[in-house]
Amino acid sequence: MINAVPPAAIFILGAFFIPLFRGKLKSVYLLILPVLGFVNLLNIPQGAHWSFNFLDYTITFLRVDRLSLLFAYIFHLVSFISILYALQLKDDLQHIASVLYSGAALGVIFAGDLLSLFFFWEVMAVTATYLIWARKTKASQTAGLRYLLVHIFGGLCLLAGIVINTFNTGSIEFGYIGLSGLGSGLIFLGFGINCAWPGLHMWLTDAYPESTITGTVFLSAFTTKCAVYALARGFPGTELLIWIGALMTMFPIFFAVIENNLRRVLSYSLINQVGFMVVGIGIGTQLSINGATAHAFADILFKALLFMAMGAVMHQTGKINATDLGGLYKTMPLTCIFCIVGAASISAFPLFSAFATKSMVMEAVAKEHRSLIWFMLLFASAGVFHHAGIKIPFFAFFSHDSGIRTKEPPLNMLLAMGIAAFLCIFIGTVPSVLYSILPYPVDYAPYTAPHVMAQLQLLFFSALAFTLLILSGIYPAEMRAINLDVDLIYRKLAIAFLWFCNVPLTAFRNGLQNFSSLLISGIAKLSNDPLIIPETILQGIHLSFYKVFTATSKAPGTIAKTAKLEYRFNRLLKMKETGRYYGTEVPRRPVGLGVLFAFILIFFYALIYMIVR
Amino acid sequence: MKEEKKYLFDKPENVQRLLRVFWVVLLVLLTIDLLITKHPFFSWEEWPEFYAVYGFVACVCLVLASKYILRPIVKRKEEYYD
Repeated sequence: MINAVPPAAIFILGAFFIPLFRGKLKSVYLLILPVLGFVNLLNIPQGAHWSFNFLDYTITFLRVDRLSLLFAYIFHLVSFISILYALQLKDDLQHIASVLYSGAALGVIFAGDLLSLFFFWEVMAVTATYLIWARKTKASQTAGLRYLLVHIFGGLCLLAGIVINTFNTGSIEFGYIGLSGLGSGLIFLGFGINCAWPGLHMWLTDAYPESTITGTVFLSAFTTKCAVYALARGFPGTELLIWIGALMTMFPIFFAVIENNLRRVLSYSLINQVGFMVVGIGIGTQLSINGATAHAFADILFKALLFMAMGAVMHQTGKINATDLGGLYKTMPLTCIFCIVGAASISAFPLFSAFATKSMVMEAVAKEHRSLIWFMLLFASAGVFHHAGIKIPFFAFFSHDSGIRTKEPPLNMLLAMGIAAFLCIFIGTVPSVLYSILPYPVDYAPYTAPHVMAQLQLLFFSALAFTLLILSGIYPAEMRAINLDVDLIYRKLAIAFLWFCNVPLTAFRNGLQNFSSLLISGIAKLSNDPLIIPETILQGIHLSFYKVFTATSKAPGTIAKTAKLEYRFNRLLKMKETGRYYGTEVPRRPVGLGVLFAFILIFFYALIYMIVR
Repeated sequence: MKEEKKYLFDKPENVQRLLRVFWVVLLVLLTIDLLITKHPFFSWEEWPEFYAVYGFVACVCLVLASKYILRPIVKRKEEYYD
């Protein structure tokens, strides 16, 4: 055993002690958790630790290699920043949920087997749902529920895949899985739902903008990046991922251009950025995996920074729609600068982080001579600058003056943004530090004259397009409206499903119930006296014969006999109607007693069976 | 009542100044592109001003497609789901 504990344990156990602290001490305690985790992390040697035997399998809580370490570094870093950003919160439950969520994400990263991976995966889903619900609005309640349902579905896909895969391979180790057959396909799909693949992405754009101001910062960092990690571990070099990723980079930018809620714009751009990572994983070369993971590292920081900046705007003004904002640079200059740093980073401006990371994916794509994918990614690069790089800062801080005069957010929020902004610039200017912790050795230089020139041209001429479209009035005006997305399917389908249950299905159930109760009561009546039917028929025939006789003979004996038969026949009919049969006056035992006897009999039967065996 | 403080972009001349700087930067970028040697993976990367044209066209297409194709299809009232 080694001197280090699984980083997840520090966060998960630490979370339970949060309510014990008050005031400043609580803030200190919260900030110490990730620092302690980081110190612990530095002490962990590479290899598999904390392994246990469970049934016939080996559970490994701490599998440490360069890939898991890279994600662990950034997760510790971003949890520190996000906790700092959330310090002013008075809600213990939110603090606990966010720390648990961070811990579970670390659990996923270090899981050496599929079973513990699944466990932490589910903890993430539940704690994330709480972070959405914590906003306590009607929209957040329903969005949170939808989030939970989607992730439970994803979790079940994953679990089913794990079970089938384990059955096929005989091992639960989490290594390269590769797309082959049903088991691996289900695992792939389970990862894909968390990764927000096109068509499976709707939970993200639905729920993230509805979460709390601080919750969204946590959410933006962990769930999708854990999926990126899992794909990088289990499915590198899967051709399908290249196309999925390229689509991910493309389609959200169209939605982002017409979206009014700025946090939803960021959610779309989050999918767009994850797309670059998915392409990198799909290509599967050392350069592309390096690019994908490096970009995940950078993305966590600039996306957190952008969500923090928009959160700060929301915190100070209570508004987040582009239609309600504008001109905030006047009173929130620092937030504005941090936001611009985030925007420049996501747009991959030279000297900002994504310039050094996204370009590795682009170069890997080019090296594989995939020209169509390359064109798609280049389009998405221009598009992301357009909607996240320009639109976010422009509509929040400049554009028309909304007349809102507020002030900068609390110091801890500013500090958190400041740290993230510093790191974005640091990665952009000194990329070698990040390069040195990537999974594979790096032989890549981002700062060449053609690359810098190409990127600057791409961005500045995208900006020119924006400027000309705004000046000419062609740029789509922000509108107080929502845009449909794939979640329409289940949001409307759910209503249709309810109607289907309420109307046709209920009618069918009632019909079935009536029919079966009629059938049962009929059989019950019949079994009380099964002979009554033939008897009634025979008596009826007998009676009708005598009626014919009386009509022809008029003999007194026949008339008397007919009257007697008629009386009997009517009595039979009456009996059938009332259900009182011969012998029904017998006293009945209560049903309970019968059941008791049956149980006693079964007990003795079982006893005898056991003894004989 | 006190006159509200004038901020940076409240003065139209500052906006004009910013735009002028922007035009100059664009021109400089176009010029430098013709001067540097490129090591492209694809042949079209060697075309003069390829990235400038692509960036501009991509963004115009993006905005026009979003505005005239996507928005009419997906736009709904804010209360649509309530």
